[in-house]
Amino acid sequence: MFRISRTTSTTRTTRIPARSVVLPRRAALASLLALPLAACSAGADGGSAASDEGAGAASDGGAAAGSGAISVTDPWVKAADEGMTAAFGTITNGTDADLVLTAVTTPATDMVQLHETTSDGSGGMSMQEKDGGFPLPAGEDLVLEPGGDHIMLMDLPKPLQPGDTLELTLVFSEGTEHPFTATVKDFSGAQEHYAPGEDDEEEADHEGMSGMASDGGGEHEGHK
Amino acid sequence: MTSSAQGPSRPGRRQLLRAGTAGAGVLGVGAAAIGLDRAVRDGPPASASPGAVAVAEPAPQGGASVPFYGAHQAGVETPAPASATFLALDLHDEVDREGILRLLRLLTDDAARLTQGRAALADTEPELAAEPASLTVTVGFGPRLLERAQREAPSWLAPLPAFEIDELDEQFTDGDLLLQIAAEDPLTVSHAARMLLKDARSFTRVRWVQRGFRRSPGVQAPGTTMRNLFGQVDGSANPQLGGEHFAKVVWIDEGPFAGGTSMVIRRIRMDMDGWDEADRTAREQAAGTRLGDGAPLSGGTEFSHADFEKVSAHGFAVIPEFAHMRRARGVDDGEHQEIYRRPYNYDVAPPAGSSAISESGQLFVAFQADLAGQFLPIQRRLAELDLLNEWTTPIGSAVFAIPPGCAEGEYLGQSVLE
Repeated sequence: MFRISRTTSTTRTTRIPARSVVLPRRAALASLLALPLAACSAGADGGSAASDEGAGAASDGGAAAGSGAISVTDPWVKAADEGMTAAFGTITNGTDADLVLTAVTTPATDMVQLHETTSDGSGGMSMQEKDGGFPLPAGEDLVLEPGGDHIMLMDLPKPLQPGDTLELTLVFSEGTEHPFTATVKDFSGAQEHYAPGEDDEEEADHEGMSGMASDGGGEHEGHK
Repeated sequence: MTSSAQGPSRPGRRQLLRAGTAGAGVLGVGAAAIGLDRAVRDGPPASASPGAVAVAEPAPQGGASVPFYGAHQAGVETPAPASATFLALDLHDEVDREGILRLLRLLTDDAARLTQGRAALADTEPELAAEPASLTVTVGFGPRLLERAQREAPSWLAPLPAFEIDELDEQFTDGDLLLQIAAEDPLTVSHAARMLLKDARSFTRVRWVQRGFRRSPGVQAPGTTMRNLFGQVDGSANPQLGGEHFAKVVWIDEGPFAGGTSMVIRRIRMDMDGWDEADRTAREQAAGTRLGDGAPLSGGTEFSHADFEKVSAHGFAVIPEFAHMRRARGVDDGEHQEIYRRPYNYDVAPPAGSSAISESGQLFVAFQADLAGQFLPIQRRLAELDLLNEWTTPIGSAVFAIPPGCAEGEYLGQSVLE
């Protein structure tokens, strides 16, 4: 049920035409051409590369894959006046090391969790904290999106207003950190109603999830 | 017309091949690159279905894009595409300077992505962003936005003086923020407008929406002067895109709005029923031009200088005193009374319950560096005397200051507001 891209070089190549709806021609080419480099690049940096901020192109992930870096493409956070919200984007592990995303920190709140979304078997969706974090094998993407895996921000001390930017830092298991900046956007979906303190997974379900994007199902993998 | 630096790029077959060859030279995957390239631009490869031949036809124009970043905003010195939506937004009462800056950052990011065929952040219909179809998003400021942002509005940024011919309807008049969203495809325009409005919703409410159309792409040679719903060739006197003269007419050259321009948008109702009653000669006399080719009645072609002194065998001016083109021309040799028109036609449902069979006209859009010196003298003369007024009525009017373009990492209006 992990919505982590399992695409290899081969399958990725075949997927690109489908993905091309969000890629300009040149970026798609770069993404394709970068793969052989990524596959044979030795001693890739463990991930101290610069972040791709809100203005970053959709192509950055592909380009970064060849430069041996961790990158975050199209990061954004749902605006919220209080309580909780979520952060989304595509994290690309362009290094040659398998990583595990174990935590995210942000000045916006001390309470951040990594959440996965799974089908509850009865047509609804269930969200829960992802035990052990999100594995992110070398060369692969982790897509965080409404209705899918996401970074959960809770107990917001002050509003996150549309058009604000938010600093976030990815923390990986071996200690690597990757800061990035996300844009705060109004968003009607991703209606998180989390009941903190309840241990039972069923009761910890987020209300409103059944009305969310239909692509949050367990079948989804790889890029949209 | 296509000489503009901001004209859409349509990669041709030769460029396509070159891209593929470059890939082969560098990494030895040229064949794959070509296949990918075609797939990206043309969509899924043709299957063995009976429709396969049509899919293999020349690449569709949906992939054409107009650069977003630059000294000037796109959507002015850009060939006018087929479909446009003009949105006037009013700021919510509580939105202050800081809120305006946040709003503009969001709109800029959306426009930068959508115009290049990329989904906006948090775009719920990303597939609809895939064909930019020469999409441009142009932002304009009304006086109240500048006031709220604690910046002085240019003296000309105010409603036009009232003209006797006006019958202005509040629902098509003024506004704090303008978005001109235009592309060769109405679905692209609709998606972009929706995305921009969703990001503007926290800051603004919709004051008015006006949609317009021109010829669809491929119907006429690029650069052909458009016809309005009266059948008239409309816009022959426009400065050519891309030239020094255009820059002189349109772009402000100093002050905070340097690189920007002024925009007038007026909704001009056209009395089609009344026009039906005018015979061809009367129509040509009213305009001062021939309906067939747009040439002045004094002769020549669409672009010939009119001979306003020419008289008929009966001693009457060939181009009548009341003719639109005589009244509209710059009469100031050297004083620069010239504007750049970029109008759209509109044709909407007649009012419910009325016996009218149509409700149509023109979204008159004009850009000029100096509103008071260039636009107003012409408008005053036309309001005083222009036989076309017999069939046209301004029912909406707004003036906006178009800030200059921005560079990557900046937001539209930054040079004005910071």
